[in-house]
Amino acid sequence: MVDLTAKRKSVPKSRGWHLSPRARDNIAGYLFIMPFLVHFVGMIALAMVFSLGISMLKTDLLTGYEFVGVENYAKMLKDPLFWKALRVTAYYTFALVPLGTILALSIALLLNQEVAALGFWRSVYYLPSVVAGVAVAILWQWMLNPRFGLLNQGLAFLGIKGPRWLYSESWAVPGFIIMGLWGAGGSMLLYLAGLQGIPTPLYEAAEIDGANGWQKFWKITIPMLTPTIYFNLLMNIIGSFQVFTQSYIMTGGGPNNATLTMVLYLYRKAFEHLRFGYASALAWALFFIILIFTMFVVKSSESWVYYEGALT
Amino acid sequence: MAAGDRVQATTRSETDWQVVLTKAPRIFGKIVTYVILAIGAAIFALPFLWMVSTSVKPEYLVYQIPIVWIPPELDFSHFVSGWKILPFLAFYRNTIFLTVVNIIGLVLSSSLVAFGFARIRFVGRDWIFLVLLATMMLPGQITLIPLYVFWAKLGAVNSFWPLIVPQWLANAYNVFLLRQFFMTISPELDDAARIDGAGWSKIYSRIVMPQAKPALGVVAIQAFAWNWNSFLGPLIYLNEPRKFTIAIGLSLFETQQSENMGETMAMSLVALVPVLIMFFVAQRYFIQGIVISGVKG
Repeated sequence: MVDLTAKRKSVPKSRGWHLSPRARDNIAGYLFIMPFLVHFVGMIALAMVFSLGISMLKTDLLTGYEFVGVENYAKMLKDPLFWKALRVTAYYTFALVPLGTILALSIALLLNQEVAALGFWRSVYYLPSVVAGVAVAILWQWMLNPRFGLLNQGLAFLGIKGPRWLYSESWAVPGFIIMGLWGAGGSMLLYLAGLQGIPTPLYEAAEIDGANGWQKFWKITIPMLTPTIYFNLLMNIIGSFQVFTQSYIMTGGGPNNATLTMVLYLYRKAFEHLRFGYASALAWALFFIILIFTMFVVKSSESWVYYEGALT
Repeated sequence: MAAGDRVQATTRSETDWQVVLTKAPRIFGKIVTYVILAIGAAIFALPFLWMVSTSVKPEYLVYQIPIVWIPPELDFSHFVSGWKILPFLAFYRNTIFLTVVNIIGLVLSSSLVAFGFARIRFVGRDWIFLVLLATMMLPGQITLIPLYVFWAKLGAVNSFWPLIVPQWLANAYNVFLLRQFFMTISPELDDAARIDGAGWSKIYSRIVMPQAKPALGVVAIQAFAWNWNSFLGPLIYLNEPRKFTIAIGLSLFETQQSENMGETMAMSLVALVPVLIMFFVAQRYFIQGIVISGVKG
């Protein structure tokens, strides 16, 4: 710092005013983060305020609006479709997230055993999670076709008569969950990285103390992996609650609203029924539901996530 | 298991037959591992293979039970006929345009913001960074409708602006990822450059950015996959088929042609191919990205 000021003194002042290095850094700092500031103020903070405002209106955005206070929220609590959408989304999330965690962790554990051609296995398991989107939803619609679908043909091969999947009220969401499990590769990579980050001396010390493989797994591997599990849980819960493309493309929310997810319901209310006020109220409900569950995970993490000093 | 090696190391002094005995379960374990991995990999890969198979077989084989995996003759007519039903060339052009523009915008804006947070000490920096982290938790649905109103008032619905501007204004997740990476680049060179009279913009462009290429690659590749697959945004903002991206074009195609599975699979494959190619070309970046963002989170 001394050098800097010394240097600056030798430069002739071309302007009438002088800025201290600290002031210059303040200006430079704000200039650099300007894109985020504009984004945050203009497209997040203001938009949130407006969103709250719109949620208290009855408006189609074309013919005007009417202030209705909390009526949209009151209506929502009595709307059977809202509760249906909440149940569907919660069912999907709380089945997919634990199953996906177990699957991803299992694959990562297998891949962590010094297997040959690791890169090949990793790619095969990871690829499905990269190609998310409409094409994959269409592919799975075909996969889950009761008669010709690969899944039911595979089950028939094993002597099992597969269900009607997307055509059945009780099997449509399980179909989505299977599709979701196919995309477990992203979490798997994170677990694999976490596993590779566990220092080997820990295992060596445990062996000297006579620990067997099972004990090492539960007393070292799992505790050391809890930060990764925690991160994955949060991201997957938040992501799963916002599931949309599958139900929009594959079932349109049917049969009989069995796959009506929160975001699909919100989308319909806003962009098909043009009830933007009600849809905004739904968005806030979704926000608070996600918040409650993430806070629950965050709070509980204090008792089960193990942070080793070095691992940050 | 990795632990197996260590067990062996401690028993090196034992006689050969004892080594064989301790090795036997290990070899058996290896075989089991590979068998499970292979079955799992087959299950994960089959949907893709089936998609390819469906798209290149003649119509009468598509609904054949049991499945004919390799058709007697390859039939690419689904690709030709499907491509003509909707303006797929325009969908492709629009998607490539949006993806390229947004990769540039996202890399540029996110790296500038990340540089500010990582390198410059300014009043309120840590607080603003906390705000940035908090926005990562915010579901986009909250701002969806007000932003739609905003763009509608500007008359920008059915244009690419609503899909471009936000990405030129940085994205919290990418800022976080890049900031973490920038922090690992030693500031010694910065100091040297400052002594030589370089300003922050020079340090950004000449010192930090060149060293951050791997992380920038990660952001670019994720931006590519995200933009290519993006669905809800284009669905809301674009309403003229000639402006459609491949994702909503395909969704439109599916509602019109769902009877013809061969064509539907062919066009889905056409939509996926760029992502698949990118995955195999730049896999390293995909994998690094997920590791950087996850482990340091």
